[in-house]
Amino acid sequence: MTKKNLKLIYNNSLVGPGIFFALLFCLPLVGSNYTLAIFTMIGFYALVCIGLTMLTGYAGQISLGHAAFYGIGAYTSAYMTATLGLSPWLAILVGALISALVALLIGIPTFKLKGYYLALATLGFGIIVYTAFKELSSITGGSNGFFGIPSISLFGFEFMTDQSYFYLIWFFVFMALIFSRNIIHSRIGRGLRSIEGSEIAADAVGVNLMKYKLQIFVTSAIFTSISGSLLAHYVTFINPDLFTANTSIYFLIMVIIGGSNSIWGAIVGSATYVLLGELLKHYVPIILPNVGGEFEIVFFGLLLVLTLIYMPNGLVPQFIKIAGKRHKKERSAPIAFSIDTRATGGKTND
Amino acid sequence: METFSQILQLLFSGLTIGAIYALIAVGFVIIYNVTGILNFAQGEFAMFGALISISLVKANLPLWLAVILSIVIVAAIGAVFERTAIHTARKSSMTTLIIITIGVSIAFRGIAILIWGTQAQTLPPFTDNTPIEFLEAVLLPQNLWAIGLSIVILIVMLYFFNYTFTGKSLTACVVNPFAARLMGINPNKMSLLAVVVSAGLGALAGTVIAPISGASYDMGMMLGIKAFVAAVVGGLTNAPAAIAGAFLIGIIEAFTEGLWSSGLKDVVSFSLLLLILFIKPEGLFAKASGKRV
Repeated sequence: MTKKNLKLIYNNSLVGPGIFFALLFCLPLVGSNYTLAIFTMIGFYALVCIGLTMLTGYAGQISLGHAAFYGIGAYTSAYMTATLGLSPWLAILVGALISALVALLIGIPTFKLKGYYLALATLGFGIIVYTAFKELSSITGGSNGFFGIPSISLFGFEFMTDQSYFYLIWFFVFMALIFSRNIIHSRIGRGLRSIEGSEIAADAVGVNLMKYKLQIFVTSAIFTSISGSLLAHYVTFINPDLFTANTSIYFLIMVIIGGSNSIWGAIVGSATYVLLGELLKHYVPIILPNVGGEFEIVFFGLLLVLTLIYMPNGLVPQFIKIAGKRHKKERSAPIAFSIDTRATGGKTND
Repeated sequence: METFSQILQLLFSGLTIGAIYALIAVGFVIIYNVTGILNFAQGEFAMFGALISISLVKANLPLWLAVILSIVIVAAIGAVFERTAIHTARKSSMTTLIIITIGVSIAFRGIAILIWGTQAQTLPPFTDNTPIEFLEAVLLPQNLWAIGLSIVILIVMLYFFNYTFTGKSLTACVVNPFAARLMGINPNKMSLLAVVVSAGLGALAGTVIAPISGASYDMGMMLGIKAFVAAVVGGLTNAPAAIAGAFLIGIIEAFTEGLWSSGLKDVVSFSLLLLILFIKPEGLFAKASGKRV
């Protein structure tokens, strides 16, 4: 591997994210409230997916239970602010701590499992937590949901509009992105990649599998919990159906579509998911007037399967390829997609 | 006497739901054994089976013909699924394969919404559904159908795997695909056969449960996951153990629902799943533990 390649992989420059977020933060100048609401939603998902990308793409571990942390964050915030009248910031912090603790407790036995068993265990965990939201109705309001969650305020400024939440959530996404990139470019990141490559080999060269897996699981749980907390304040009404096993699966879809071995894949994936969903909800009823429910999942399901079969590294490398053809010199995107065998997505040729 | 009849009642509904889980769980085990893939789309076969048979009955077909036709159609869907998704991606990593079957299950659910909408529908019971009183417990004939049909089919399956040439070939692919290939067995064909058979089993489970608890586009997921739990409880590679696991889960759920709370039955069965995964991941009934690489 040449030095240039290494630079491409371990790109710590803030130029890429800087330009991206500078452009993004100009959006409220031109976008309508509808656009802002859409991009705010993308922000909530992106924050979750950044954590999940590290877990899925970098550490190679599957989680079908992340909606649980999303819900723990949301319900902690709801309960502490609306019922106990405490500060929303304290609530976000407590929610993140609870999620971290739960992730740690559930992670220790779970990460001894592999493949299918891991998927099943996280799925089971997610469903248990979902049922808890539904059954503990004295705290969560049960199936009817939790109403009247107050908005967040900071130094007297109250976050009320779509625009203010847009800035709030994307600020968190920005922080998470920088933080995760630093992790990935550190010793931990290299350890994680080696786990994804081969657990046995990683173990043999002295990578502490359990420690790394747990660290990344807890980190992703914290990101997810913060996103859930912010969501609760944004929508002011939550119910258990926001946090079903399906939600966990949709998170995974976003990560895979975007490309699970690049942090940017999280943002691309959640944007694709939300925008495609909006387009489908708008146009399909024109062709099929009687359609109802969440019919758009058929497209996401197919997209997921096609992505995995035909471009296992997701959309981001495709973007890079197109961009790379145009400006061969400007391949400065801070993306670590080009490492060795990853390009084949773990596939072996005949 | 009253507690006795209540226990009998709960046992009976536990056996009914356990029979449904057993059919789907055996499908899991067959696919897992032959292809090494745990098929997350298995529950959707039951959903298709139920909804297709309802549509056929609405098209004025006799019920028995509708059930048989729907099983055939779902088996064909299974064949298409195997050729397009599983066969194409068979060399991918396990994580990729898991997510592919999840993607297929979501797509199936979406197709069901496009065709049948989100409204729940029902299938008429197979025979006159007047309750039968038995030792002061009330038994519905449809539940007897569910239990009876499942047991017959499961026995047929066990016979097929142990005493027929095709069944033996399937088993051979499980034990050693390479040696099986040397003996002239085509693993690709066997993989197709395995998916078709388990799709048919799933469809049967769907048509049997449709008169009891209705059918809707989202029924497959819970059925599938519960059957998973059953298969894992029994140990993923062993069909009779998976069947035992399915009845165990069914009975535990029925008793939790009857004696405690209906909302908590999922918690109880999934806690059991986690407990088994954490303590004895090779399954409750496994004889020897070995690592499947």
